[in-house]
Amino acid sequence: MVSTAVTVALLLGVLAFAVARPWRLPEAAAAVPAAVLVIASGLVPWPAAVHELMLLGPTVGFLAAILVLAHLADTEGVFRYAGAAAARYSGGSPRRLLAVVFAIAAAVTAVLSLDATIVLLTPIVFATAAGVGARPKPHVYACTHLANSASLLLPVSNLTNLLAVAASGLGFLTFAKLMALPWLAVIAVEYLIFRWFFADDLATPAHPQPAAPVRAPRFALTVLTATLAGFAASEPLGIHPAWIALAGALILGGRRALRRSGTPGGSDRVTNHPTRLREIWSLVVAANPAFCAFVFALGIVVLAVSRTGFGALVDRLTPHHADLPGLLAMAALAAILANLLNNLPATLMLVPPVAHTPGLVLAVLLGVNIGPNLTYVGSLATLLWRQVLHAHDHSPATGEFLRLGALTVPAGLAVAVAALWLGLRVFGVS
Amino acid sequence: MKILVWLTEGTWEACVDAARDLLDGQITLLHIIDPAIAEVLAVPPTALLGRGKPLAAPDTLADAQHALLDAAAARLGRPTARLGRRGRPEREAVAASADTDILVLARDGDHTSLGPRSLGHATRFVIDHAPCQVLLVWPDRPPDLATIPPPPPHPPAKRTHRPR
Repeated sequence: MVSTAVTVALLLGVLAFAVARPWRLPEAAAAVPAAVLVIASGLVPWPAAVHELMLLGPTVGFLAAILVLAHLADTEGVFRYAGAAAARYSGGSPRRLLAVVFAIAAAVTAVLSLDATIVLLTPIVFATAAGVGARPKPHVYACTHLANSASLLLPVSNLTNLLAVAASGLGFLTFAKLMALPWLAVIAVEYLIFRWFFADDLATPAHPQPAAPVRAPRFALTVLTATLAGFAASEPLGIHPAWIALAGALILGGRRALRRSGTPGGSDRVTNHPTRLREIWSLVVAANPAFCAFVFALGIVVLAVSRTGFGALVDRLTPHHADLPGLLAMAALAAILANLLNNLPATLMLVPPVAHTPGLVLAVLLGVNIGPNLTYVGSLATLLWRQVLHAHDHSPATGEFLRLGALTVPAGLAVAVAALWLGLRVFGVS
Repeated sequence: MKILVWLTEGTWEACVDAARDLLDGQITLLHIIDPAIAEVLAVPPTALLGRGKPLAAPDTLADAQHALLDAAAARLGRPTARLGRRGRPEREAVAASADTDILVLARDGDHTSLGPRSLGHATRFVIDHAPCQVLLVWPDRPPDLATIPPPPPHPPAKRTHRPR
């Protein structure tokens, strides 16, 4: 009983620290000591801790590789190109721009993970909307919403998916096959609700633009496509997809380095050397080692919580059959826990008890990925801009965001669960 | 006459044209930054998974505001005052028009289906609460007479008893 209270308090402390970030310390500054504490005190025995770290290792490596890949895609101009393409295909119409932004944000989230959409795509979408004379709010909100709800399709789309795949042993292709329908269904629901919710902002007249030709970053797009194909092909070959992501990052980064040294200006060693160091440093920053350490430590702390009475309680609450009511209950429980705690601990806590049933694992992911759109504090994606509230002391216009979430989340969850149930039946998975 | 022209993205051109062509007086151009959009864009550099840089430079919105006010002043083509504000747009617009004779704003909302709900929420609020005269401008072209629906086929039944 005491151990339950201690571990839950530790977890809440780690999460609170990650949100508040006192003195701008990295979130790992609290999580790593907490993990050391639970191991030293015997709440998590050594072998269990080592097993957890081994389990998380490839997942965290995969995350780091994808972050670097997204960063390199950005430096190669992939996102700028996406913005220019959106402007061209919109024809200056805010409604068509919304449709194009939905398509791009869904694709970027699926392939390069949710934080590529938030950090790299959102500013581009803002600039694009301003450029075509549209009100940017619907399009920018679409990015923040789709970063969560469109992160269902592939294991790489969201760290929660990676954690669930690692814990349950679901294959890359099986995952994609079963999640394709829920992914499409949620995007469709979000789109319809956005069209209705932002009808005023989207009804402004179209401002046709002169089509400015933008050169497609062909090499980067080819590497991204090949990486995606590699993810699918890696499974039958028995290669962990983290290696594929690393290979993609190496090819993109390697070509960039080669091209730099090949250009006439690049031979100027005096200016070239610091530039190269800065580029390598930016790659290290992109891989975010402190955050990777946080994920490891969080895994240990959550394991400590799961081993106590709290874990038994979660076990009792989780449904045991992947039928329609079971899936619905699982997704709802996951969504609630994701909003109460955060999506990462919710995933770490809910997946192990149901790891034997693929349907329930995927239902957990529906909850932890779609659910966070309901509140600010729900997920990492929304935590990204949660901190703004601390930084600027103005009264936030949160009401609108909350109303939008209250509409999209229940509707999205309902259609996604129904689509998942259908997919499980069609493909004969339980 | 003091004229305040409220500029919003997508519809400001029509407001500038109306103020220039229809009104005579001292014009102030107003643009308001919505804090809701500022929140989404102003992620601090050390945010979780933020990878060390904010979503957009902190002055992105201010730059966009300047650019819009510049473009509007150029379209107007005569000396004008500029007013950049930040806050809930409809409330800021009403507050800013306290000391003006006429407020020029564009109709918001979907006007492909005209009727009681064709005015957007912000326009509706400002029309109701603005402490001055209001000039409401069509952002594209005013509708022609054909948009008036045909009268109902039967006149409403006459009431025989009128309650007093």
